[in-house]
Amino acid sequence: MSDHHPTGITRWLYTTNHKDIGSMYLWFSFIMFLVGGAMAMVIRAELYQPGLQFVQPEFFNQMTTMHGLIMVFGAVMPSMVGLANWLIPMMIGAPDMALPRMNNWSFWILPFAFTLLLSSFAMEGGAPNFGWTFYAPLSTTFGPPSTDFFILGVHMMGISSIMGAINVIVTVFNMRAPGMTMMKMPLFVWTWLITAFLLIMVMPVLAGTVTMMLTDRHFGTSFFDAAGGGDPVMFQHIFWFFGHPEVYIMILPAFGVVSEIIPAFSRKKLFGYSSMVYATASIALLSFIVWAHHMFAVGMPVAGELFFMIATMLIAVPTGVKVFNWVATMWQGSLTFETPMLFSIAFVILFTIGGFSGVMLAMAPVDFQYHDTYFVVAHFHYVLFPGAIFGTTAAVYYWLPKWTGRMYNETSGKIHFWLSMIFVNLTFFPMHFSGLAGMPRRIPDYNMMFADFNMWASIGAFGLGLTQVYFLISIIIAIKSGKKAQEKQWEGATGLEWDALPSPAPYHTFSTPPKVD
Amino acid sequence: MTEQLQQGENKKLIWRLVGIIGGMFLFAFALVPLYNVFCDITGINGKTRGQALYESVEVDSKRIVTVEFLTNINRGMPWEFKSMVKSIDVHPGELNEVRFYAKNRSKFDIVGQSIPSVSPGEAALYLNKTECFCFDQQRLAAGEEVEMPMKFYLDADIPEDITRLTLSYQLFNVTESVTTASVTNQ
Repeated sequence: MSDHHPTGITRWLYTTNHKDIGSMYLWFSFIMFLVGGAMAMVIRAELYQPGLQFVQPEFFNQMTTMHGLIMVFGAVMPSMVGLANWLIPMMIGAPDMALPRMNNWSFWILPFAFTLLLSSFAMEGGAPNFGWTFYAPLSTTFGPPSTDFFILGVHMMGISSIMGAINVIVTVFNMRAPGMTMMKMPLFVWTWLITAFLLIMVMPVLAGTVTMMLTDRHFGTSFFDAAGGGDPVMFQHIFWFFGHPEVYIMILPAFGVVSEIIPAFSRKKLFGYSSMVYATASIALLSFIVWAHHMFAVGMPVAGELFFMIATMLIAVPTGVKVFNWVATMWQGSLTFETPMLFSIAFVILFTIGGFSGVMLAMAPVDFQYHDTYFVVAHFHYVLFPGAIFGTTAAVYYWLPKWTGRMYNETSGKIHFWLSMIFVNLTFFPMHFSGLAGMPRRIPDYNMMFADFNMWASIGAFGLGLTQVYFLISIIIAIKSGKKAQEKQWEGATGLEWDALPSPAPYHTFSTPPKVD
Repeated sequence: MTEQLQQGENKKLIWRLVGIIGGMFLFAFALVPLYNVFCDITGINGKTRGQALYESVEVDSKRIVTVEFLTNINRGMPWEFKSMVKSIDVHPGELNEVRFYAKNRSKFDIVGQSIPSVSPGEAALYLNKTECFCFDQQRLAAGEEVEMPMKFYLDADIPEDITRLTLSYQLFNVTESVTTASVTNQ
């Protein structure tokens, strides 16, 4: 009875089940990951050697822009929402998300938003080509006609994320099982709750920004047009007021994921649970007062540079607390190194490298040298790929037995991990060097002196891309014909989803709330 | 908790969250005037203020500040535009006049709008213009040329460390938006 569910296409179209919607989010984000990854392959193929080989600069610009937009809004954010949908109700002992119908809607907006965005490739003037940050006046006065499709697309994905965030907040506040107090919640639920608050604070600001762009382009306003009394620098302020919290939106749920996985494979409780909660909240609060570190080079007064520099460096403190806690959790634990644990450890190490280059970029005087170079590209790919994407990958391996009732092949998972680990570093580490040597970002051609670094990065990128296709295949094999999973697949795992539910988790769970003590 | 009670709780929370979302959307637009007010008070983006009245104040004849003039032409603006002098040395407190020259080298009537900017930004707070072509738009017929006056004085309390400042004008072609506006007005 509890496993009864509708069949056919309408199951997916009409579903209000958090597990179905979670799966659809995850599959959608993986498709977008491959689409955005294909664009990255075009970029890296062009940059394999100096000179122009495969694409024209105009098309190259469309590639960098769409790669960024697809990966941020199409791959990383929906994958985190997918994890939230699957896991939060099971972790807090709720039968479903609080607003299931809205949940269905917030997912089904996404395919339409991205069809709009991707259709711009077929339009006259091509796809948006102004970078994912769409600075005015590049995107207003000089944007291609398809910019309006981009604006509508961003509005739609913004609405989708806002609805997802409302759902998470209401679920966590009102649907916890009796006895599940706030400070007993798994850390993944905490990080997502904080992420959801960030989302409802800044996605409306993004919506406002693109609305201003729209009226500047078509309705005669001059928000960002100096000729009419506006100010293009103001665009950057408003955009980054959204943009900086946005980067924490992408990473905080991954923090939550590794905070579940590392204790499980260390066979110890998470070190410093409450300090983790407070550190996450402080990161979120600080993210609102550091936005101008993205624009040190616009000509700010020294006082402004100092403020944003120091505030930014302050973020290293709560982040350091988190890294310390993960390491301390592993300290003297009885560790085993299954695939989810490998990805989580790599997450801690490589995310920390990305954090360090972040501190370097936070220093206003040296940022003038690094600004808009490949050093920045190296920095944010180090926090996004081994950060957000390794986090999601670890989650997929860790909870796959619970979701599907089947285990992945451990050897196959280890191959996926080691290839990813080698190629991710081969791709992004050389970018630190080419960036420090002065190679600007978003260019299709470059000076001969950067040739070797770029060749290594391109080889790494092709390998990294193929490795993710391998991941897809091995996950499909696992779902179809993997070994049957046990109810508690990982001996060190904790939480309601492992202790109170069979594998695979039935279609309807916790119709009567579990007892938590 | 009964189902109905739960529904009521959910509704209350949803409306609060929707309130935050609406508030943040409006806040994005409120950032525009906030930004302008903030820059106006601190002068950090180098925007000069509107028309000032010259009050004869004590001229600090011991100090000399060099004021340089820069002119730039925006894309799609077929005018010649320059200041008649590159720079002048002024005493804080005294009223000065410089003249700018503009010529429409195209075959069409064009409306131009100059946007001033001061560097270093904080000097903008002490630069007062009593008369400036940038307060209005200029319509020049094809081939027409014009000399435009600009009168300004520096506040006597301009910080000691500012000995040199640059006043730059960016000239924009606003013919299209002016024409559209006048058509809509009719």
